[in-house]
Amino acid sequence: MALNSVVIVGAGQGGFQVAASLRQEGYQGNITLIGDEPGLPYQRPPLSKAYLLGKISATALLFRPEDFYTQQNIELVHDQAVAVDRNNRQVRLASGRSVDYDHLVLAMGAHNRPLAVPGAEAQGVFGIKTKADADALAPLVKEARNVVVVGAGFVGLEFAAVAAANGATVHVLELGDRPMARAVSREMSELFRCAHEGWGVHFDFRQGIGHILTEGGKVCGVETVEGKRLLADLVVYGIGVIPNLQLALEAGLDIDNGITVDSTLLTSDPHISSLGDVAAFPCIHNDQKLLRLESVQNAVDQGRAIAARLVGKPAPYTALPWFWTDQGTLKLQIAGLSNGCDSTVMLGAPESNQLSVLCFRQDQLVAVESCNRPGDHMAARKILARPPRLTPAEAAAPGFELKVWEAANRD
Amino acid sequence: MPTLTFIEHSGTTHEVHGEVGQSVMQAATFAMLPGIQGDCGGACSCATCHAYVDEAWVERFPPAEGTEVDMLDNVTERRANSRLSCQLVIAEGMDGLLIRLPASQY
Repeated sequence: MALNSVVIVGAGQGGFQVAASLRQEGYQGNITLIGDEPGLPYQRPPLSKAYLLGKISATALLFRPEDFYTQQNIELVHDQAVAVDRNNRQVRLASGRSVDYDHLVLAMGAHNRPLAVPGAEAQGVFGIKTKADADALAPLVKEARNVVVVGAGFVGLEFAAVAAANGATVHVLELGDRPMARAVSREMSELFRCAHEGWGVHFDFRQGIGHILTEGGKVCGVETVEGKRLLADLVVYGIGVIPNLQLALEAGLDIDNGITVDSTLLTSDPHISSLGDVAAFPCIHNDQKLLRLESVQNAVDQGRAIAARLVGKPAPYTALPWFWTDQGTLKLQIAGLSNGCDSTVMLGAPESNQLSVLCFRQDQLVAVESCNRPGDHMAARKILARPPRLTPAEAAAPGFELKVWEAANRD
Repeated sequence: MPTLTFIEHSGTTHEVHGEVGQSVMQAATFAMLPGIQGDCGGACSCATCHAYVDEAWVERFPPAEGTEVDMLDNVTERRANSRLSCQLVIAEGMDGLLIRLPASQY
């Protein structure tokens, strides 16, 4: 059947990529890109760092300028998809409009897990997900004297570094016992803890937030569950995200933590694909188990894969996951998935904030975390793209260098 | 508005309009140029915007440093004039800037 109409719900990184890649692949049918935020599709990663610091402009956030959508005949619709009628292949929008599809792509992404404590609705309490969030937050960051960050994940720590650089006193509350515990090794957490402390950030581990203290509707402090009080004129939380599953649930698609897709990113309905933060896919780098990843790389590569399939070039999705976060002067890049890692080898000089941690599972290299060692990261992405034969013993030998090993072990 | 010329590995030439202050990567992706991806959006994190700056233009840009140098160490077919185009900012007087593209970003 000829494909004449592709409808994409969600105009974030993944949805945008499907639209752009379809045109690059030569698809000439209709493309409708439905997003519920105002303005043109934009990148989110800078919102918690470079954009807040004013280092990049609102224009530089955009994936493409306005005339791109006209020139490429991509209809950008600012509306919210409220229902999918799978029998009639129609998406119903909040405005009442219905859009017909031959193929539907669900790229709704995720929303911030809300801070469910008393006082969370006070002025001066922010999550960072949208450009609107960052635009509201930016002027307050400049004035804030006492900042409390809830959650020591990527977003929380990126923001903590920004606030500290602006001269605020910054406290980070974290339920776990170390920064970025879900994402990185103990060795890497330790480097980041030391660096942040060097910038004046205070960590309170194993501390949950009890409630937010307010004065005239504005935040003035927080109290931890243990009763410790901290002054705060600004509270920013980054405590994880929740995939936007409502539309798919109501449409009766299979769901398992995310919208379940097969190895080609098709959902349980052959006319519907899904990708990015909202999709759970069988990952070859995760023993084929279903995985939902929240990353730019995942959204971009899956977007390309779906576009390729839709123009008749299907292939299993096998891209290596990689991630990055910029915090102050530190660039952390991660290649691979460290789940189940049982031994590590360190390369570099942690005391000068240059460290790569090679993560092994049963003597098989599964991930490499690199701080300010981008050459290692690039080599690691090549090494991990196919089952690597590097052993912990080789990596631990004096003078071992990833890029030398990579060059010597190419096919 | 400066016009930049990109030559693909295959020899296909593209004229692209850039803005002063914009990165060469962004000018290329805004114009849907094949061969420049810029997956990380310009954070110098992905090395999918590798390009060769024509010798006549190399010195018009500040030399690569830090992260960019290390990332370039591992790109496919690195040359002396290799740059990550997200780090090249278009300035006044760059009309006619000539950039060549590698066969692949991987």
